Amino acid sequence: MSRRDRMSGNEAVAEAMRQINPDVMGAFPITPSTEIPQYFSKFIADGKVDTEFVAVESEHSAMSVCIGASAAGARAVTATSSAGLAYMWELLYVAASSRLPITMAVVNRALTGPININNDHSDTMGARDSGWIQIYAESNQEVYDNFIQAMPISEEMRLPIMVCQDGFITSHGVSNIELLEDEEVKNFVGEFRPENYLLKHENPLAVGPYGTSPYYMEVKRDQAQAMKDSMPVIMDVAERFEALTGRKYGFFEEYMMDDAEVAIVIIGSSAGTGKEAVDRLRMEGKKVGLIKLRVFRPFPRQPLAEAMCKVKAVAIMDKAECFSNSGGPLFSEARNSLYDLPNRPYAINYIYGLGGRDITVEDFYEIYNDLFIIYDTNKPGDIYRYVGVRDSRYGEHGFDHKKYDE
Amino acid sequence: MAYDLKKELEKPERLAAGHRLCAGCGAGIAVRGVLRALNPEDKAVIINATSCLEVSTFMYPNTAYYDSYIHSAFENSAATCSGVEAAYNVLKKKGKIKDNFKFITFGGDGGTYDIGLQSLSGAMERGHDMVYVCYDNEAYMNTGVQRSSSTPRFADATTSPVGRLTSGKDQNKKNLTEIIAAHNIPYAAQTTFIGNFKDLHEKAHKAIYTEGPCFLNILSPCPRGWGYETSEIAEICKLAVDTCVWPMYEIVEGQWHLTYEPKKKLPIEVFLRKQNRFKHMFKEGNEWMIEEAQRYVDEQWNKLLLKCK
Ligand SMILES: Cc1ncc(C[n+]2csc(CCOP(=O)(O)OP(=O)(O)O)c2C)c(N)n1
Ligand code: SF4
Ligand SMILES: [Mg+2]
Repeated sequence: MSRRDRMSGNEAVAEAMRQINPDVMGAFPITPSTEIPQYFSKFIADGKVDTEFVAVESEHSAMSVCIGASAAGARAVTATSSAGLAYMWELLYVAASSRLPITMAVVNRALTGPININNDHSDTMGARDSGWIQIYAESNQEVYDNFIQAMPISEEMRLPIMVCQDGFITSHGVSNIELLEDEEVKNFVGEFRPENYLLKHENPLAVGPYGTSPYYMEVKRDQAQAMKDSMPVIMDVAERFEALTGRKYGFFEEYMMDDAEVAIVIIGSSAGTGKEAVDRLRMEGKKVGLIKLRVFRPFPRQPLAEAMCKVKAVAIMDKAECFSNSGGPLFSEARNSLYDLPNRPYAINYIYGLGGRDITVEDFYEIYNDLFIIYDTNKPGDIYRYVGVRDSRYGEHGFDHKKYDE
Repeated sequence: MAYDLKKELEKPERLAAGHRLCAGCGAGIAVRGVLRALNPEDKAVIINATSCLEVSTFMYPNTAYYDSYIHSAFENSAATCSGVEAAYNVLKKKGKIKDNFKFITFGGDGGTYDIGLQSLSGAMERGHDMVYVCYDNEAYMNTGVQRSSSTPRFADATTSPVGRLTSGKDQNKKNLTEIIAAHNIPYAAQTTFIGNFKDLHEKAHKAIYTEGPCFLNILSPCPRGWGYETSEIAEICKLAVDTCVWPMYEIVEGQWHLTYEPKKKLPIEVFLRKQNRFKHMFKEGNEWMIEEAQRYVDEQWNKLLLKCK
């Protein structure tokens, strides 16, 4: 049984949290994720959940509360964005290496410099090496569905997990959504039964040692193994979820890829705009496709490479700059994954959408157009490009000033 | 029941021997002293900030604690404790835990006066049922005796060294106990290692068994950083209280009480002279430093007396 409703992505997360009824939430307000702890506090105030809400004085403490609570044997959740995630950075590593299955809703927002409250992926991409599983959503429905799948994955692997959505675009945009019944969610997520925890009276536990060189490296190796082993677990949970809801999830979604000649690889809500461009170009008879990456950590190297290999040229899109001089983070990893294939496509990078810069169907047209030029000429040209940026010196694309100067 | 050190020492230890703290380290004495005040039937979770104490007592694969223990980072031990306590409350409510647990956090002065102050203030304000213990050795010892806001004026520390142009640390010691007391918590106290440890024991017991957030500040000398012979620790502590450099007092529900008043207040030199970190103060021409230090202690002591009236 499911019920239909209309809600924003933030409401959807809060609703999923209510249905799960976690033990502890530590959270601190920051746009655009603030609504999550707000909605949730109201659930607590109205006695709809048993959760202890710890209204901390910072995100640093929010993550510390989650670490303490999770180690103590409780199911712990939090929500944040941007500077809040950056402020947690040190502790993200502590949570992951202590193998604490904390679930964090991240509403992606640009990192400060200059301060900006709109969406891009620089916050979670900056935390990509912290040992957390990362799952991204295109729509409000995916936000909700991912949040419910997150806990079983995280608790099975004893790895913390970030459930990411695009600030304002899904977090505040209201749309139709299909919700599960409370009982269904409770059964799906199950009870949290850690083997060892601080409050286990018959067997005290020590967490967070000084790990000297004879021991440190094995801890990291084990984390890496757990990340690897989480691949089949993510798929198992997705299958269970599909059996319950009929909604299918994987590491990524392939859109019109079967006979595509060129394709775009992208994360998050902009995939929706990309798909619109695909539909229109298909009507013109152009064989274009799109791959929307859902799971960035663990990185689905092999299956993604196989999917990209169906085409002759791919544009890999990054909503984050990492100043490496060789493209954004998704580009680096996706392109790397192609290396072992005998017949690999051309792969170019576009940095787009930083600080909430809009990306339009027309922008996607241009990108597909560029891909067809590569397709025809076998010349990839500059592989590290920007789209939708003001100064045309920085890329091959002109920029329509009037479009952005209000 | 009257306090009896001998009886107390017969209780099972909660901090095992064989940890790696330096011989004569005040941190270990503080921890043992506080944990002895737990009723033996009660369980505890110990939370610890990164510090000499942490790296010396939980080096993988050995822990010195019989109780559950968690270290997470340098500046967040109070917040980590908040999470453990929140977990306890909810799991107890749900009937998943039966025993009584107490939550005791240990941080050094660096982890408490400085980098962890925000986290501590947050936890005290929120009112978790916990004890925060600062073992104050007046510098960042673990990283090699750098100054903290707890380091007293004129002390020679590696980031406030004595030089041709400098006379050690420029600033006076921050009064953290007062800052924490201003959170209007039910119990806050200052103590150190005196005589048969009665003062420390009683304060720790009150802090642990008073509901709500409680704070203990324990002057815990470090022979390495302060520059004195390890065997002299008892004397150093005694001089700290008899010169009123470190007054022992408690604040119970907003009421200030002195718990020790020196019969004869000693001049500050007798405390300073014992320690290498102050030795430049005794050079010819530096008499003004001792005078300034004395003036500051007198001022602070008189203010405290007014509060304790
Ligand atoms: C964020 C962060 N900054 C710096 C350090 C390095 N560090 C570890 S312990 C320490 C000093 C600890 O001083 P204190 O809290 O007074 O404890 P003590 O070692 O003196 O007992 C420092 C600076 C750290 N671990 N984390
Ligand atoms: S350096 Fe000082 S504080 Fe650190 S272990 Fe040694 S005596 Fe204790
Ligand atoms: Mg110190």
